[in-house]
Amino acid sequence: MRVMAQMAMVMNLDKCIGCHTCSVTCKQAWTNRTGTEYIWFNNVETRPGLGYPRTYEDQEKWKGGWELNKRGRLVLKGGGRFKKLFTIFSNPKLPSIGEYYEPWTYDYSTLTDAPAQEHTPVARPKSLISGKDMKIEWSANWDDDLGGSTATAHRDPMLKKIADKVKFEFEQTFMFYLPRICEHCLNPSCAASCPSGAIYKRVEDGIVLVDQDKCRGWRMCVSGCPYKKIYFNHKTGKAEKCTFCFPRIEVGLPTVCSETCVGRLRYIGLMLYDADKVLAAAATEDDHGLYEAQREVFLDPFDPDVMREAEKAGIARDWIEAAQRSPIYALINTYKVALPLHPEYRTMPMVWYIPPLSPVVDVVQETGEDAEDKGNLFAAIDALRIPIEYLAELFTAGDVGPVDAVLKKLAAMRCYMRDINMGRDPNGAIPAAVGMSEEEMYDMYRLLAIAKYDERYVIPAAHAEQAHSLEELATECSVSAYGGGQQDLFGEGSGAPTPIAVENFQMLQERQTADTLASPADKDKRVNLLNWDGKGSPAGLFPPKKTDS
Amino acid sequence: MNEFLFIVVPYVCLTTFVVGHVWRYRYDKFGWTTRSSQLYESRLLRIGSPLFHFGMLGVVGGHVIGLLVPQSWTNAVGISEHTYHVVAVAGGLLAGVAALVGMVILIYRRRTVGPVFSATTRMDKVMYAFLAIVITLGMWNTIAGSIMTIGGEYNYREGVSVWYRSFLAFQPDASLMAQAPLGFQLHALFAFGLFALWPFTRLVHVFSAPVGYLTRPYIVYRTRDEQLGSHRPRRGWDRISP
Repeated sequence: MRVMAQMAMVMNLDKCIGCHTCSVTCKQAWTNRTGTEYIWFNNVETRPGLGYPRTYEDQEKWKGGWELNKRGRLVLKGGGRFKKLFTIFSNPKLPSIGEYYEPWTYDYSTLTDAPAQEHTPVARPKSLISGKDMKIEWSANWDDDLGGSTATAHRDPMLKKIADKVKFEFEQTFMFYLPRICEHCLNPSCAASCPSGAIYKRVEDGIVLVDQDKCRGWRMCVSGCPYKKIYFNHKTGKAEKCTFCFPRIEVGLPTVCSETCVGRLRYIGLMLYDADKVLAAAATEDDHGLYEAQREVFLDPFDPDVMREAEKAGIARDWIEAAQRSPIYALINTYKVALPLHPEYRTMPMVWYIPPLSPVVDVVQETGEDAEDKGNLFAAIDALRIPIEYLAELFTAGDVGPVDAVLKKLAAMRCYMRDINMGRDPNGAIPAAVGMSEEEMYDMYRLLAIAKYDERYVIPAAHAEQAHSLEELATECSVSAYGGGQQDLFGEGSGAPTPIAVENFQMLQERQTADTLASPADKDKRVNLLNWDGKGSPAGLFPPKKTDS
Repeated sequence: MNEFLFIVVPYVCLTTFVVGHVWRYRYDKFGWTTRSSQLYESRLLRIGSPLFHFGMLGVVGGHVIGLLVPQSWTNAVGISEHTYHVVAVAGGLLAGVAALVGMVILIYRRRTVGPVFSATTRMDKVMYAFLAIVITLGMWNTIAGSIMTIGGEYNYREGVSVWYRSFLAFQPDASLMAQAPLGFQLHALFAFGLFALWPFTRLVHVFSAPVGYLTRPYIVYRTRDEQLGSHRPRRGWDRISP
């Protein structure tokens, strides 16, 4: 047993209202630079729909992820090491910018500069790639809320698999939202595809990152990732991806997308897993077995053996406790309501989803029947094969069994809680019908419906004893000592990079706005008030006394 | 003049090449990339890029053999002058034509495809000019010198190659180069010019050819500990391993 910790996320799709706040705040935080205009580390797709980039789930076309070869061994679907190197001069499976969308801005100045004229001037769209006028024909969520889906949705790769049964007519349709970030897989095929070895999985928390100094822009990761969650920055020529907001996670804060989620549908927590079992689980022969296989990889944080092994593996005590309180563990393993996105890609994804019951509820409601009645809901789950099969294509490689079970649990919770909220006696038969006790059902309701901030996000900070250095408060040595004095040798900017800290921003600002070219002559005598604890008066706090006046 | 052209200039260029790469690697790892434009256009790139790159691999291999292996060695293993010549010209022609055609496609693509052209830096343009001149002169030397024998036959293995090895051994003999045909002289000079530009262009990606990919494990794990925050621990302040 080799215990490793993984920071993971679960999203409760029933609560997603498709407001895109997560996407927008993520973009503001991470990808509001030139070269990343088209990049959304977090995007929200309307399903059924083509997704972003278009039809990324069609792995027969894009060849992302892993597959089993004839001998049952796990290999990259896009080809092994030799094929990767042989095709390195022109990646055959790279989506073009058109598959994402051509980013644009508007020629706003026309609105103010235009001379007086009969017609109102118009701000025309200008491509941010070529700088020319362009016609906007696609974007990251062109088919939002099924807009235009009658024309495009038949190309949805997941819908195609069940297409013989689907007539995509507006009256019969169903819809839900799917927010997506990087899956931070246990067996990441992007990292395996990277010729430079620049993509790595952090040992401490399993976050998958791109080393920007090692990336050489071969673009194999973009093809290798079946979720197409690695992007090519066309200005810097480097790959970029969702970072799980690691600077926030390290100090115990949730990611930006979670923090700003209006529906509060995201949960973040630790999962302990057995690293020795990952490859065997990913090589499970039957696609339908992959969901169970991945659950087998996770370790029970309450098991004394696991706790002992975890401590031996250097996982701190507070992290093990966090793993025990993890909402992710509860949703995946205790209540078994969370499912992985596309387990058939065999990357062992670590952002899981609670499938939405709303398509079912909507249909029952439209018939005028009681949509919170267990009998009606259960019958509808059995009858509404198309939405259920569609969900199964997303979350269980087409196996409707687990999706059925989750939806029935969610339906049962609805019925059971209605009795309690109406002041009636709770009906113990309802939880029993889905194999749960009344107490379990109530706990699940608490976690899904009213969990507060610290229950939804159980994020152990990086070790307390390191926190000081992590925050780079720079109180243990003077700022000028960073870089080991090399700065004097090769001039400003040489040597190790300057740490990111408040003081450095201020110093930079001071220097940039100062009258002198270099820093002020008396800088040694100055005191940094941000680090002053308010006790005593350190030298330099006040201007030197004029002794010989 | 010969000493200046065939001793001073090459050494200056070579020094720039070496020192430049060290400097660039130390100070601009972030800028060390192929700066691919495949996202903008892939139809022409699909043909041009492999043609050019595989052609160049052949060309470089041919230069290594032609310049670094002395004629006496191939004679010693029984390869006759004629056999060597036929193989070298045939191989050189094949690789050279592939590289040349690939380069023409790539330059055409760079000029005509709007987004690709607007992503082209001034340094790129200078580099492309040098590269085109060097490749064209090289092809000229192969065709005009070795096949059509314009301006008399010239065995570069007794002239240019010897000069090049003497140059690498720091005992340069400029007279050997001074006797070479003008085509060879220009080819060598522009090539050294390209070497001097090399570390400051996207050509640095040549030195990150990812051969290590063949042997490394698929998934790379890295610990955060080696570097807390954005700076390394100073010497003497390393953390104690448990």
